[in-house]
Amino acid sequence: MNLGRRLLISVPYGWLVVLFLIPFLIVFKISLSDYAISIPPYTPTLDTSEGWSGFAAYWSKLDFENFVFLAEDSLYIKAYLSSFKIATIATFLTLLVGFPFAYAIANAPEEWRPSLLLLVILPFWTSFLIRVYALIGILSNEGFLNQFLMWTGVISEPLVIMNTNAAVYIGIVYTYLPFMVLPIYSTLEKLDGSLLEAAQDLGCTRISAFWSVTVHLAKPGVIAGCFLVFIPALGEFVIPSLLGGSRTLMIGKVLWEEFFSNRDWPVASAVAIILLLVLIIPIVLFQRNEQKQREQNK
Amino acid sequence: MNTAAPFEPWTDETATPLIEFSNVTKRYGEFTAIDQVDLKIYPKEFFALLGPSGCGKTTLMRMLGGFETVTEGTITIDGVDMKGIPPNKRAVNMMFQSYALFPHLTVADNLAFGLKRSNMPKSEIDGRVEEMLRLVQLQKFAHRKPHQMSGGQRQRVALARALAKAPKLLLLDEPLGALDKKLRQETQFELMDIQEKTGTTFVIVTHDQEEAMTVASRIAVMDHGKLKQVDTPDRVYEVPNSVYVADFIGDVNIIEGQVTKVQGDTAELLWGEGKPSIRGMAGNNLSSQTSGAFAVRPEKVAIFTEEPADRHNRVTGMVEDIAYLGNMSTYYVRLENGALIKSQVANDRRIAHRSITWNDTVWLSWTDTAGIVLAS
Repeated sequence: MNLGRRLLISVPYGWLVVLFLIPFLIVFKISLSDYAISIPPYTPTLDTSEGWSGFAAYWSKLDFENFVFLAEDSLYIKAYLSSFKIATIATFLTLLVGFPFAYAIANAPEEWRPSLLLLVILPFWTSFLIRVYALIGILSNEGFLNQFLMWTGVISEPLVIMNTNAAVYIGIVYTYLPFMVLPIYSTLEKLDGSLLEAAQDLGCTRISAFWSVTVHLAKPGVIAGCFLVFIPALGEFVIPSLLGGSRTLMIGKVLWEEFFSNRDWPVASAVAIILLLVLIIPIVLFQRNEQKQREQNK
Repeated sequence: MNTAAPFEPWTDETATPLIEFSNVTKRYGEFTAIDQVDLKIYPKEFFALLGPSGCGKTTLMRMLGGFETVTEGTITIDGVDMKGIPPNKRAVNMMFQSYALFPHLTVADNLAFGLKRSNMPKSEIDGRVEEMLRLVQLQKFAHRKPHQMSGGQRQRVALARALAKAPKLLLLDEPLGALDKKLRQETQFELMDIQEKTGTTFVIVTHDQEEAMTVASRIAVMDHGKLKQVDTPDRVYEVPNSVYVADFIGDVNIIEGQVTKVQGDTAELLWGEGKPSIRGMAGNNLSSQTSGAFAVRPEKVAIFTEEPADRHNRVTGMVEDIAYLGNMSTYYVRLENGALIKSQVANDRRIAHRSITWNDTVWLSWTDTAGIVLAS
């Protein structure tokens, strides 16, 4: 490999080292320290004036105590499991909504497709936080949805949606929908229409041709979309804290509370480290899927 | 020696056609894609639909497959009206131009796709797949995915898949269009071989007239949704029924003029004041004293350095261009009235021995039966 290529590759690697690996190591180091009422709120801190013996003393005080604590206190395990459950259900719901979206766009007349795609991406032009706040206005007891349903006479009492898991699901489905629609659309758009005709020619009805060809070939897009929704949803903090209720237990929220309410940086860091490790599994799976797809397209 | 009667069911009044189009019209809004087509195709025929792009040949074929509806008229296959019958309920299979192989399935699974959806018992499917792989000589590739194969191999998989269900009728949409010329020629003979082996009726759509001539028992030449001529390859070439067909199939010299005499099989065409008229075969529905055109193939036009006084049809001109094609040369001769006539001569001698060169005055001549006088 020549120097120019090395230099080119070193730029993204350098970026990752400075903005991902180093912060990760700092957080990891904090997760090994102990809580203290001081600034910064943890101990030990490295005293460079004492030289080598200071470093040795510092090193000996680091331990995995916080991780043991996380394993012993059922709150954290429950929060992880609950996050996992909510993220899974929300991903599935996003898929249910997103697939027909993608399918409809891919089958729309070609000159319409860019505009339809733009409409899917359009909400991104507004701040994420503002969109979630807007949902409060729609979902709350006096919100537009309840007003509309009561006006049409479908319900007489307002539905309680705000501060429940349902609101969290609605929030996730709404905000992450483009991440599901775009990868599925890109696989469906490439689909050769004659494949469906061939399936019908060989004995499939329209519906079975859809299942055995369209759905099968959309699989890489579906998997990509699911990971793109699942990964951020698992660590989601804004949506459960704004739309969810006190009973909505998500690890992102726990993390926030440890950091800012309890000011227990070491435990919060440990929570973050575990979350990262849990997330690495789907990310690795996702990348393997991508790799497989690339090889297939060769 | 083969003494069996030639395969010509279309000349037999009592033969039952497999496919019958009666007065079939297809419109897309204002546009008429197929215009009142009547056509009979017989069992075991290798039938070619030939025409320029947009002539309706693909639409006509897709109607047989059930992918296009008929606006007016009826199509029957094996005596059954096909109206409203979806593709999956027809004993017809199609080989798609893009091959349409399922990319997520192996070759064997592609071949088994249709069989699994038929009422064939599971135990017989593997045997049938094996048989089809043998037919197209791809036994070693059963477990490959389509993207791991060459274009020629994919083409064979597509053919085998379309034949796996033993359809009564196989539709082939430009089946050799994606292959290079050499492979295409080889595959043409393979197609004919497979057609004969399986005894399936083939309907092929192509824009390549050489391909149609090679493989087909009959050719339908189409233009603007109409059938211009339906005939055997030799008759389409030798006895075209219109200037369009003569011009579309192969290379041709067209001389326009006035029909002066029609007598039985022969006709005469006056093409220039004070010149002797051209004599040729009389085309269909030709009547005297109308404008017409004389069509003659370049290879039937002989070239001489001196006037061939013993021939009736002879014209003189100057050699304007010579196209040397290796095995043959085409001489472009400009006549006095400005018309350009091509004469194709086999190069049975080395080029150094050629006696005719640019700007030579030459005589062109053809026999009385070489060309045909057509109504225009």
